[in-house]
Amino acid sequence: MALSQEALLDLYRMLVRIRTFEERVGEMYYEEKLPAFDIAAGPIPGEMHLYSGQEAVAAGVCAHLRPDDPVTSTHRPHGHLIAKGVDLKKIMAEIFGKKTGLCQGKGGHMHLFDPDLHFGCGGIIGGGIPHAVGAALAIKKRGQDRVAVSFFGDGAANIGAFHESVNLAALWKLPVVFVVEDNLYAISVPKAASTAVRSNAERGAAYGIPGVQVDGQDAVAVYEAAKEAVDRARRGEGPSLIEGLCYRYRGHFEGDAEGYLKEGEKASWKEKDPITILGNQLKEQGWLTDSDAEAIQAEMTSLVGEAETFARESAYPAPEEALEHVFA
Amino acid sequence: MADRLLTTSKAIAEAIAQEMERDENVFVMGEDIGAYGGIFGATEGLLTKFGPERVMDTPISEMGFIGTAVGAATEGMRPIAELMFIDFMGAGMDQIYNQMAKIHYMSGGNTKVPMVLMTAIGGSYSDAAQHSQCLYGLFAHTPGIKVVIPSSPYDAKGLMTQAIRDDSPVMFFFHKGGQGLGWMTPNPRATGHVPEEPYTIPFGQADIKREGSDLTILTVSLMVHRSLDAAEKLAEEGINAEVVDLRTLVPLDRETIVNSVKKTHRVLIVDEDYKSYGMSGELVAIVAEDALDYLDAPPKRLAVPDVPIPYSRPMEQYISPNADKIAAAARELVAG
Repeated sequence: MALSQEALLDLYRMLVRIRTFEERVGEMYYEEKLPAFDIAAGPIPGEMHLYSGQEAVAAGVCAHLRPDDPVTSTHRPHGHLIAKGVDLKKIMAEIFGKKTGLCQGKGGHMHLFDPDLHFGCGGIIGGGIPHAVGAALAIKKRGQDRVAVSFFGDGAANIGAFHESVNLAALWKLPVVFVVEDNLYAISVPKAASTAVRSNAERGAAYGIPGVQVDGQDAVAVYEAAKEAVDRARRGEGPSLIEGLCYRYRGHFEGDAEGYLKEGEKASWKEKDPITILGNQLKEQGWLTDSDAEAIQAEMTSLVGEAETFARESAYPAPEEALEHVFA
Repeated sequence: MADRLLTTSKAIAEAIAQEMERDENVFVMGEDIGAYGGIFGATEGLLTKFGPERVMDTPISEMGFIGTAVGAATEGMRPIAELMFIDFMGAGMDQIYNQMAKIHYMSGGNTKVPMVLMTAIGGSYSDAAQHSQCLYGLFAHTPGIKVVIPSSPYDAKGLMTQAIRDDSPVMFFFHKGGQGLGWMTPNPRATGHVPEEPYTIPFGQADIKREGSDLTILTVSLMVHRSLDAAEKLAEEGINAEVVDLRTLVPLDRETIVNSVKKTHRVLIVDEDYKSYGMSGELVAIVAEDALDYLDAPPKRLAVPDVPIPYSRPMEQYISPNADKIAAAARELVAG
């Protein structure tokens, strides 16, 4: 499949947008926390799980999604949020715990919900997978051609909720795409030590659905696999499983000493950087020059900068707001 | 309008059917809720009326189907999921406790979860430790869940209708011994007058099932029946017990509780859930906070002791509150 220049450039811009956002959050996270790391200190307190390195998966899948296609995500949600089109300012303000955040500061970095774009995420492994099934059930009941997508990791593929969800989706032939982001580790435990099968793509067969493995560093490869899965679902032919092999550059969480990594592993994955790979594909076609790339980077740096300014300048919620929103 | 008698299970099924007629977003899912009509009769007749698209039997996948209900609710549907026995909550607990209960709050109110999770509770028919629990205390303790516990057919229909229309997650606990099932020990209080037209009962409104002046009995579910039986006996002895059916633990009708205690000066809490760290302790705290000066005696609790529920009948009866024990506790309270 040959992607158009426009489609490739859109993908490229999305990769850069996500990377720029994540790297900037990664810098700001350490403000006021050092020298002796205090997780509770600074403008972005708490845990932080950044997506740097995995951008091709979010971008390649979400390129096919409409605003009303539901997406569920995880404790590492920023890439999916951005690829879905959620407002960077609102994401950033929520990460900063401000009143202007997506969830008025109630959710923070791991619990972001945008009902206009049908986006939800949470910090319980496998917690969002059944929600995508439920969204797909609603879609099917209404006779719509929308598609639900659930993003989760190689670790989540072993939890009961995953297996129950895939079985339900297959049984009821629901329009959902399950995307396993295999970044080799569930915190410190490598996939080889947690998963009885070599590839989670094989698990599709256990439930009678297509399962494909793709190079998760190659945005075009992800794009192509996702197109097939999303189109299949829209046609009413049921769910699919995509396994994207990718890598996280910054550990499980910010502050992760990563003592469990193999020597040289990260360096070798960085040589397959998604932005470099797609950039080279574009340059080969004559669709991107170095100065184009710089301009795109500058644009994203500026966008992220605006989001940062908005977040910093926004007010915190009133403390008593903690008591609101328990019930609708 | 004919004055009809319905069992609690039929009243629940009628409430669901009427709401399904009124609102196409309402649907039901759970194990054996289709052709079987629900193990405890809560969905009887619905499959015939509405078909398998809206009355969905699920695989044994509590985490999966409760989470599916959550997801469908966030997309604007109004699912009713049945958890066959409350004792099976563990199989889907994350979706109940961390997802259904918390999504509205975590989203800052931008995402609603308008679902009902209905479930069967209670023992006294020898179903042992994993099939006899009540556990409403656990869920009342979880912010974000409304906890509804009807004791009569009339209350069951009104509260179920309200639950379906509520935009927040509601857990609806019906007692197996109170459903009026032909295969359970006969229970005259499981059948009652139920209006045919749809109606709602607001949450947070307790119902004084029997007025009295000598003591207040605070209770829910099947223990309402046993308390009423005890009250009849006590009345013959000149002791008039006020039986307050709380109906909903979240939201709770603190005002009725406090007003009753201020009137009678003595309170007995009858709770079929485990004694410690639950409903009975919460009610004692409320009475102590808001009506301490009105008490002529310390609050008294009659609850299931902190033991798993045993199988053998003499043991199960030993740990279960019944009318005789309620009456004995009331006599002690009034005498002391």
